[in-house]
Amino acid sequence: MAAERKAQLKVYRGDKEGGELKDYEVETYPGMVVLDAIHDIQAKQEPSLAVRWNCKAGRCGSCSAEINGKPKLMCMTRMTSFPENEPITVTPMKSFPIIKDLVTDVSSNFRMAKKIPAFRPRPKEADGTWRMQQEDIDRIQEFRKCIECFLCQDTCHVIRDHGKAEDFAGPRFLIALAGLDMHPLDTLDRRELVKDEFKVGYCNITRCCTEVCPEHINITDNGIIPMKERVADDYFDPLRWVIRKFTGGPEKKEKAHLPVLQEKTGSK
Amino acid sequence: MASKSVHLPVLQSGLGGTLRRDAWWVGPAITFVLLSAFIVYSTWRAFENANFLYGPYLSPLYSPLVDTSWAKGWPIPVSGAMIILIGPGSFRFTCYYYRKAYYRAFAMDPPACAVGEPRGHSYKGERGLLIFQNLHRFTLYVAIGFLFFLWHDAIKGLVGWQDGVHLNVGTLVLTMNAFLLSGYTLSCHAFRHLVGGNVNSYSTATAGMLRYKIWQKVSKLNMNHMAWAWTSLFGVGLTDFYIRCVCTGAIHDMRFF
Repeated sequence: MAAERKAQLKVYRGDKEGGELKDYEVETYPGMVVLDAIHDIQAKQEPSLAVRWNCKAGRCGSCSAEINGKPKLMCMTRMTSFPENEPITVTPMKSFPIIKDLVTDVSSNFRMAKKIPAFRPRPKEADGTWRMQQEDIDRIQEFRKCIECFLCQDTCHVIRDHGKAEDFAGPRFLIALAGLDMHPLDTLDRRELVKDEFKVGYCNITRCCTEVCPEHINITDNGIIPMKERVADDYFDPLRWVIRKFTGGPEKKEKAHLPVLQEKTGSK
Repeated sequence: MASKSVHLPVLQSGLGGTLRRDAWWVGPAITFVLLSAFIVYSTWRAFENANFLYGPYLSPLYSPLVDTSWAKGWPIPVSGAMIILIGPGSFRFTCYYYRKAYYRAFAMDPPACAVGEPRGHSYKGERGLLIFQNLHRFTLYVAIGFLFFLWHDAIKGLVGWQDGVHLNVGTLVLTMNAFLLSGYTLSCHAFRHLVGGNVNSYSTATAGMLRYKIWQKVSKLNMNHMAWAWTSLFGVGLTDFYIRCVCTGAIHDMRFF
């Protein structure tokens, strides 16, 4: 069995009023991940340490944080991936308002998700089914791997440095919109919304979202850039506009509008 | 109601602010140096307006040959390269890969992932002044046109000699340049969109399966778009430099047959 070693951690402790990095020491063991170390601190030293987690298997996307300044899932980051003699810094996701310690308020993402007009398939075929071929949905399946850890939203500088969490869809929702736009059965045209409401133009292709995605979704090349090109087809390409005028263009989809959302009222 | 993001001092803000410990600045620094070097070199060569033609060899910075005699007497000398470079220059400027490269290295917007930048809530991205980046596809059409000239130059470097067919180092250099630029141009994201990326249902679209197969091939090329971008940039610089050296007599163009 490998020899145990001690690891030094600097963990952010605080809330929206302020906070600091506090030092902890934990004993490591083979296969230990950063989330294990946080749990160890919680169990043995600091029961009030707040951390959001669930599956510990990289599937739920709950334990997103910044480890040595890089957005990562704590449950998928091995302690052995860091030099032994250096402390490991664990801080909450910087782009979202802090609640306590490592827990942030990611509700801006849920509000953004609610704004996306839902999938509306064409009518079923005569035998009561829809048919799609594999080649038609290959691209979309990649986007379905998303676990909504929001690391891409965290690292996106439009949200992180320019504070546009409520104004810009961000990478997670741009691939959701791309998945809908590319869907062979969908009948809604969301491109105007992608341009004006979800503001795809804010993205300047710096690819940080792709770099941090734990599911290795090629967000930029397969989602955002194709979406930008599709918006360019409709709004920035005079040549296509002329061709559409003469040929009628491809079959028109129904224009989508932002859903009117009703605030839930009443006491809990 | 939307809650406001609270940035705590310990979480490092401002230009270069980060808790990252790796050498995040190396990539942008290398990009800055290499792109600056190419810009300086190509600008100098464009103003030099000489040493670009040797036998059938023509420098890619001056290809195709443009007659600039109409600009005689202008306060600033006008060379063919100054006109030529607008085409490939705008293709590279609006390229989705180079955008990442120079937004990081030159505009520091951001300098690297999870590294702070000069804060600004007036950010417009590519919705303001930079909205013209949406016209990348038109620069692609121009770049595809240039490929014909460059392959013509490469073939001319083989068969364009007065005494028959030659295979020289210069022929190989011109061919390599045309090959690398073809790889870069045909791996472009806008080209990928054009050949099939804009189709939603390949199984029912006109020539859908053919477009799907082409799209798949271009997608494979596209995965290495960054490598094509850099190698083709070096290719252009080295090809021009080689032809200049041959023109000035600094090196002898070795002949294989």
